[in-house]
Amino acid sequence: MASFPVYGGEFSEKEAARLLWRAGFGPKPGEARALAAQGLSGAVASLLEPQDARLVGPEPVDEDGNPIAPFDLWGHDALWWIDKMVRSNQPLVERMALNWHDWFATGDVNSARYSIAQAKLFRKRGLGSFEKLLEKVTTDKAMLVWLSGIDNTRWSPNENYARELMELFTLGASDDSGYPYSEEDVREQARALTGWRADWHEDVGLDNFRFDPSYHDGGTKTVFGKSGKFGWKDSCQLCLEHPAHARYFVEKLWSYFIPVPAPEATRLELERKYKRKYELKPLLRAILKHPLLYEGPAMVKPPMVFIAGMLRARERGIDRDSWAWISDLAGQRPFRPPNVSGWDEERWLDTSSFRGRWIAASYITREDEFDHEGYSTTETPAEAVDKALQYWADPALESHTRDGLEQFGRNVEEAIEANWQRGPHRALRQNALRILVATAPDMQTC
Amino acid sequence: MACHCNEFSRAHLLRSAAAEAGRGLPSIEPGMPLPAGTGLNRRSFMLRAGLGMMSVYGASKLGLGDLQGGIAKAQGTQAPILVTVFMDGGMDSLSVLAPVEDADYRRLRPDLRLAQGIGPSFLEDQSLMWHPRATAFNLLHRAGKLSVLPAIGYDSPDQSHFTSRHFWEVGELDANERTGWMGRLIDIIGTDDNPLQGLSLDGWLSPSLATSSKPVAAIDGSSYDLWAPGVWSEVESLMFDSVQEIGRASVGTGDAGMATAGRIADQSVTLREQLAPFGDEILPPVPYPEADHWFPQNMSALAAMIAADMPIRCVSVSAPGGYDTHDNQEDSFGDDIGLTFDTLAAFQADLELRGLAGRVLTLVYSEFGRRPEQNATGTDHGAAGAAFLMGSRVRGEMVGEFPGLANLDDDDNLRHTSDFRGLYCSLLEQWFDVDAGAVIPGASSFARPQLLS
Repeated sequence: MASFPVYGGEFSEKEAARLLWRAGFGPKPGEARALAAQGLSGAVASLLEPQDARLVGPEPVDEDGNPIAPFDLWGHDALWWIDKMVRSNQPLVERMALNWHDWFATGDVNSARYSIAQAKLFRKRGLGSFEKLLEKVTTDKAMLVWLSGIDNTRWSPNENYARELMELFTLGASDDSGYPYSEEDVREQARALTGWRADWHEDVGLDNFRFDPSYHDGGTKTVFGKSGKFGWKDSCQLCLEHPAHARYFVEKLWSYFIPVPAPEATRLELERKYKRKYELKPLLRAILKHPLLYEGPAMVKPPMVFIAGMLRARERGIDRDSWAWISDLAGQRPFRPPNVSGWDEERWLDTSSFRGRWIAASYITREDEFDHEGYSTTETPAEAVDKALQYWADPALESHTRDGLEQFGRNVEEAIEANWQRGPHRALRQNALRILVATAPDMQTC
Repeated sequence: MACHCNEFSRAHLLRSAAAEAGRGLPSIEPGMPLPAGTGLNRRSFMLRAGLGMMSVYGASKLGLGDLQGGIAKAQGTQAPILVTVFMDGGMDSLSVLAPVEDADYRRLRPDLRLAQGIGPSFLEDQSLMWHPRATAFNLLHRAGKLSVLPAIGYDSPDQSHFTSRHFWEVGELDANERTGWMGRLIDIIGTDDNPLQGLSLDGWLSPSLATSSKPVAAIDGSSYDLWAPGVWSEVESLMFDSVQEIGRASVGTGDAGMATAGRIADQSVTLREQLAPFGDEILPPVPYPEADHWFPQNMSALAAMIAADMPIRCVSVSAPGGYDTHDNQEDSFGDDIGLTFDTLAAFQADLELRGLAGRVLTLVYSEFGRRPEQNATGTDHGAAGAAFLMGSRVRGEMVGEFPGLANLDDDDNLRHTSDFRGLYCSLLEQWFDVDAGAVIPGASSFARPQLLS
C-alpha cells in the first residue's frame, strides 16, 4: 500500500462522515463518530470487510402498513432497493451495488424478478473480482433481455450487448481509427456471444434461460486481431485483456468516489494492481484512503444517496410508495436508469431534480412538523439552528451556511409584530429551518 | 364474459403513475409493445411565455438558449396545426351515435341502448342518434365543422388496449415501432431547435409524438411548487429568500460541487417565482366548462399558446374520463363525453374568436370501439370505433358509412369502414402537404378520404 498516497490528516467525525457519504449512504446518528474512532485504516477496513450483515430498522411498508410487494406493484421494486440502502449496515456493499447498476445500467425488462436478481448479484459480488462480475453480468437474465443477448443467434447475430460490453462496460467509446475496437470487432464479438436463449410463456413471460450450443456460432472469430473459436467467456476475457481496459476501469471506478481525476502516478499504480487479478478491494482500499477524497473538492451526492441518507439520518424506514416517484423526480430511480450508459452525473442537479430533492425533504419533515401552538416563545436563532441540525443528525456545515441559517432565524424574529406571534413564528421557523438545512448546498454535496 | 379491466387498469396506472411523477414513460406488461419514445433523452426546462415547466425530449445537445432561439425563429409562420385528443380505454361508439332504429341494436343492448328521441338525430343518417350529452358535437356537425368517422379501425383488430393504442400511436400495425406517427412527421417538417413543434399536454411524452431526430416537448405541469410543511405567511417568503442567500453564498466558495448546488437552489426559487402566476393568466374569450378536471384548462391554455404565436405543429392531449366501461357504463359515460365534447366545442369557438380556427384541426379518437353486445352493465373490448375531426376547414361529412350490426366480424365486433392509417395519410397530404409514404409504411395501399372542404 505504500506506493499509494494515503491521507494523513485528522480523521475526525467530519472525515468519517464524508467517507460514509462517498462509500455508502451517509451516517445514521452516531455512526460517523463510531467510525472515526477506528481511525482511517480501521474505518476503510470495516467498509471493505463488513461483519454481521444486517438490516437495521423498521421493515418496508406502504402507506397502509402493508409489506411492500416488489415483484407485483408499481414502484415497489424501487422501494425494495431503497430500503436496503436505508437499513443496511454494510454501506460500501450497498453503494457499490448502486454503482454497478449505473455501470451496467439495465432498465425495465418487464420483470421485477429478474431486475432484483441482478441487483442481488451486484450486492453479492460487488466487492469481489471484476472478471467474475463481468461473466455473471454477461449471462444475467435481466441483461440478456435488456441488451438482446437472447436475440443473438448464429443465424442473425445481434450486436447490442457486444457493442455496450466494449463501449460502456470495459473499454470506452471507439474513436474514428477503430480504437479500442472497430465495427468489425463488434460484429465478431456478437458472434462469440451467440448461444443464449430463453422461452416465452404466456403466463410467466420469459423463462428457462440457458446456453444452447446449437444456437451458438462455433466458427472462428477475429477480435482485436486475435483469432479463435471464441465463446462468451472468451468475449469477456478479450475485453479484460485489452490494453485499454485497465485504464478505463480505474478511471471509471475512481470517478464514483472522487470528483477530480486521479493523479497519473496513482492511476498507473492502480492499473498495475488491478491487472493482477481484477480484484476490486485493493483498488477500493487505495481510493478510500486517498488524500483527494478528504482534502479535495466536494462531490454532488447522487439523488438516491441524498434521499437514503436523509432517511438514515432520521432512522426512518420506507413507509410509503411515494419514494419511488420521488426518487424519479430527484433524478435517480432504481431500476430505471435513463439508458444503458447509466445516469449522467453531470446532471445530478438541475431545477427539476432540485425540486425532487426538496419534495423528498418535505416528505420527511411533514411527519414531524411543529404545530404553531405551544412552541417555545424564547428560542434564540442559534438554538433554533442547532435544533434543526440535530433533526438531521448534526451534519457538518460550512460557516457561511450556518451564518445564513442564523440570519434567517433573526429575520423571522424581526417579522414578529405582536406578542402572540412569538411562539407561532418560532414553530414555523423551526419547520422552515429543517427544509433549509436539507436543501442547503452542504447537504447536496459530500 | 372475460373482463380485461385488470390489464387496462394496470396499464393505465402505470401511465398515470408516470404522469404523477411528471417524467418518463411507464413500464409495461410482458408481451405488450413498448410505447414509442421509451428511453428518449429527456431534459427539463422552464420557458417563458406562460408555458410553465416543460420537458424537452430528444435535444440532448441543445441548451435552453438554443431552444428559446429556435422557438423564436419558428414563430410567425402561421403553419397548420393538428391537435389529437385521445379517449382512453376504448370509447363505446355505439353510445355516441346510436343506431336506435336497428332491431339488432335493441337486441344486443337490452339495458344499455339509448331510447329513441332522447338525443338529437344525426344529420347525415337519420337512423343514428347522438347521445344526449353529445349535443355540442351535433351542433358542430350541423355547422359543417365536424366530420364523423363512425367505424374506424384496421384489419385483424387487436383487442389489447396497449397494443391497439400503440398501433394508433405509431401509425402502423407494428409492435416494435419506436417512433410515433406525428413524431415521424415532425422529423420531416420540424426544425432541430424548436421543441414546441410536438407538444404533449399530459405531463409526459405522448408516444405518438416520439421522434427519431427532432426535439419535442411535454408540459410538465403548470406549477413549480416548493412546499415546506408547516411553513406559511411571511416566514415562508423569508425562507425562500434564505434558500437563495444560502445558495449564493456557496457560489463564490470555489468548490465546484458546492457552487453548483448553490446556483441551482438559487435558480429553483427564481423559477418558482416566475411560474407562480401561470394558470391565472389565461382569460379565455369564451367560457369553457367548469370542471374538476384539467382538460378545459389545458385546451384553453392551448388556444392561448397558439394565439401567442407559439410555433406548435402537433399536439397530443388526453380527454377526461375513462372509457373502459366493462361495467356500470352508464354511470360515467355521459359525463365523460359531455365534458370532452363541450370543452372541444369551446376550444373551437375560442379559436374562431381569435381568428385562428382555419389553422387548427382536432382529431378525436380512441384505441378501439366496444362490443355491440353488452355484458351485464357494460361492454367489452370491440374493434371498429368512432373518431371525429373538428375544425373550420373540415368537410363536415361522414367518412365511411355506419356498417350496421347485422354483419359483425368473427369476434362479434363492429367492422371498420375506414382505416386509421388512411386517415393519417389524408391528414399528412391534405393538411400538412407531406408525402404520406414518408411517414406511414405502406401508405399507397390505403384509401384517402377527402377531409377538407
